[in-house]
Amino acid sequence: MDQEQTIEKVQPERRSYLYWLWSDSWVMTKRSITHIIRSLDQVLSLILFPVMFMLLNRYVLGGAIDTGNVTYANYLFAGILVQTLAFGANYTTINLAVDMKEGIVDRFKSLPMASSALLIGHITADLFRNIISGAIIIIVGFLVGFRPNATASEWLMVVGLALLFTLAISWLSAILGLLVKSLEAAQWIGFVLIFPLTFISSAFVPTDTMPAALEAFAENQPLTHVINAMRSWLVGTPMGDSAWLAVVWSIAIIAVCMPLAAAMFRRRTPR
Amino acid sequence: MKQSSQNKLSIDVRGLQKSFGTLSVLKDINFSVERGTILALLGPNGAGKTTTIRILSTLLPYDGGEVSIEGHSVEKEPDAVRSSIGLTGQFAAVDEYLTGEENLLMMGRLYRLSIPDAARRTEQLLKQVDLVEASKRPVRTYSGGMKRRLDLAMSLIADPPIIFLDEPTTGLDPRSRLALWDMIKQLAKSGTTILLTTQYMEEADQLADRIVVIDGGKVIAEGTADSLKGEIGSDRLEIVLGRSANFEKAKALITDKSLQADPERRVLSVASKGGVKKLKEVLQQLENAKIDVESVSLHRPTLDDVFLTLTGHAATKEEDEATADKKGKGKK
Repeated sequence: MDQEQTIEKVQPERRSYLYWLWSDSWVMTKRSITHIIRSLDQVLSLILFPVMFMLLNRYVLGGAIDTGNVTYANYLFAGILVQTLAFGANYTTINLAVDMKEGIVDRFKSLPMASSALLIGHITADLFRNIISGAIIIIVGFLVGFRPNATASEWLMVVGLALLFTLAISWLSAILGLLVKSLEAAQWIGFVLIFPLTFISSAFVPTDTMPAALEAFAENQPLTHVINAMRSWLVGTPMGDSAWLAVVWSIAIIAVCMPLAAAMFRRRTPR
Repeated sequence: MKQSSQNKLSIDVRGLQKSFGTLSVLKDINFSVERGTILALLGPNGAGKTTTIRILSTLLPYDGGEVSIEGHSVEKEPDAVRSSIGLTGQFAAVDEYLTGEENLLMMGRLYRLSIPDAARRTEQLLKQVDLVEASKRPVRTYSGGMKRRLDLAMSLIADPPIIFLDEPTTGLDPRSRLALWDMIKQLAKSGTTILLTTQYMEEADQLADRIVVIDGGKVIAEGTADSLKGEIGSDRLEIVLGRSANFEKAKALITDKSLQADPERRVLSVASKGGVKKLKEVLQQLENAKIDVESVSLHRPTLDDVFLTLTGHAATKEEDEATADKKGKGKK
């Protein structure tokens, strides 16, 4: 303020819509990833949750669960991986709810930017978060006795499905984040949905030990297909129809939730 | 500022109406802002100031009337409008986890500046708002005043021809307020059109070329600070009644619309526009009714006097409207 400045005139760049959609999404992705790195609780949850789930299930429950001719460490790995991915992707709900509460969404909406870039930023950050969580799970898995017999191409399919599944849960989480009225609700809604879904699946126990109604649900829900597909690629359990059903479920969830979330975000005009 | 049209109006608002459900918030708002000038929307809480700003910055749809910004219709060409405005809302809309510098760079890119332009403007603005030293620190470590300055800098990054400031100094300490006022004046000098809302007459007086007073969703007065003060009358006549006097009866006697009554202090006051004649008239009325007067004095108008005269109620004491306003905000 002390010296009089001759303000240079700046002109907006003229580029295509796609360039700006890409650029805006990248700017928002950098923002969301910075949030993960600079927020202590997000970093801790990124590291602690997978380690905790893995150790508790492996050593507390593992001894009592009969998984046939597969060791429990080998059986458990895919379940813990998918549960961790689901919880990681659920951060979109929380982070979006935080954004909506603060003035910054108003600011973004008053800019000439692509409006869905904010959603894309959160979701890409979830992919980043899950890649790191997934790597931690693999390391901890090996430490507690996970011994996969997967080939390189089977590993690639596991990673590909993990990313696709993350995208599906993230877009679903975006809708939840736009629906919840408070941060508290954003925190618990993920737990209320993801905990039962992972427990009533093939994540931790073989589904044929469950009561008939639960078994029927467990065997036909998307998480079980994702888990069974990964487990089959990693340790050679029977595949059945799981691989293509997991892909179809994930793509269907994305196809429904992505346009819905974008429309909800555009239309959501705070009072 | 490239402006080909002969039109000198930056902002033109005609017959603007907006309701939330059955609650009519804006009934008929009309005003315009000439290019390169500062206009203050002055009004109590709940008068419709923030709603007006939100409509002008494309955040809210409206029900009736016409709004154009730099010749672009807010309804039909929102993107053109968004490129020519900068918005600083009531609550600092900054990203707490990013540093000041990162916040500015992010805004620069979102405003479609090239990467080198965004970096150059960021450097300039950090100097301009005196945040160079704090520029590498996350914003959550900033004080309230620093956040507001960063907030303003963020809306200036693309050097938009129009800036909206919604109660820019609410909640700031006096020193930060003066610093922000300086920045706003500087900005106007460089040719930026500024629309600001405020509850403080003093702020409007300090900054604005023209003032539009709104209350209950309508424009109730408009003019320069001086012309508005002239309408109100420069001095007020204050009458303290004696212990034995009937306060309610005295209050009923004086029919002037600028009458302000404070039963606890037993004080009645009116705008003394009529000078000595007015003084004599009021005292005569009280004398005739045999009402005991303890003392009489003249004093300069306060901010509340201005509001009282124009709106019939105090500027900052409208509890009902203030809480209604807060409830509305809670909902978003």
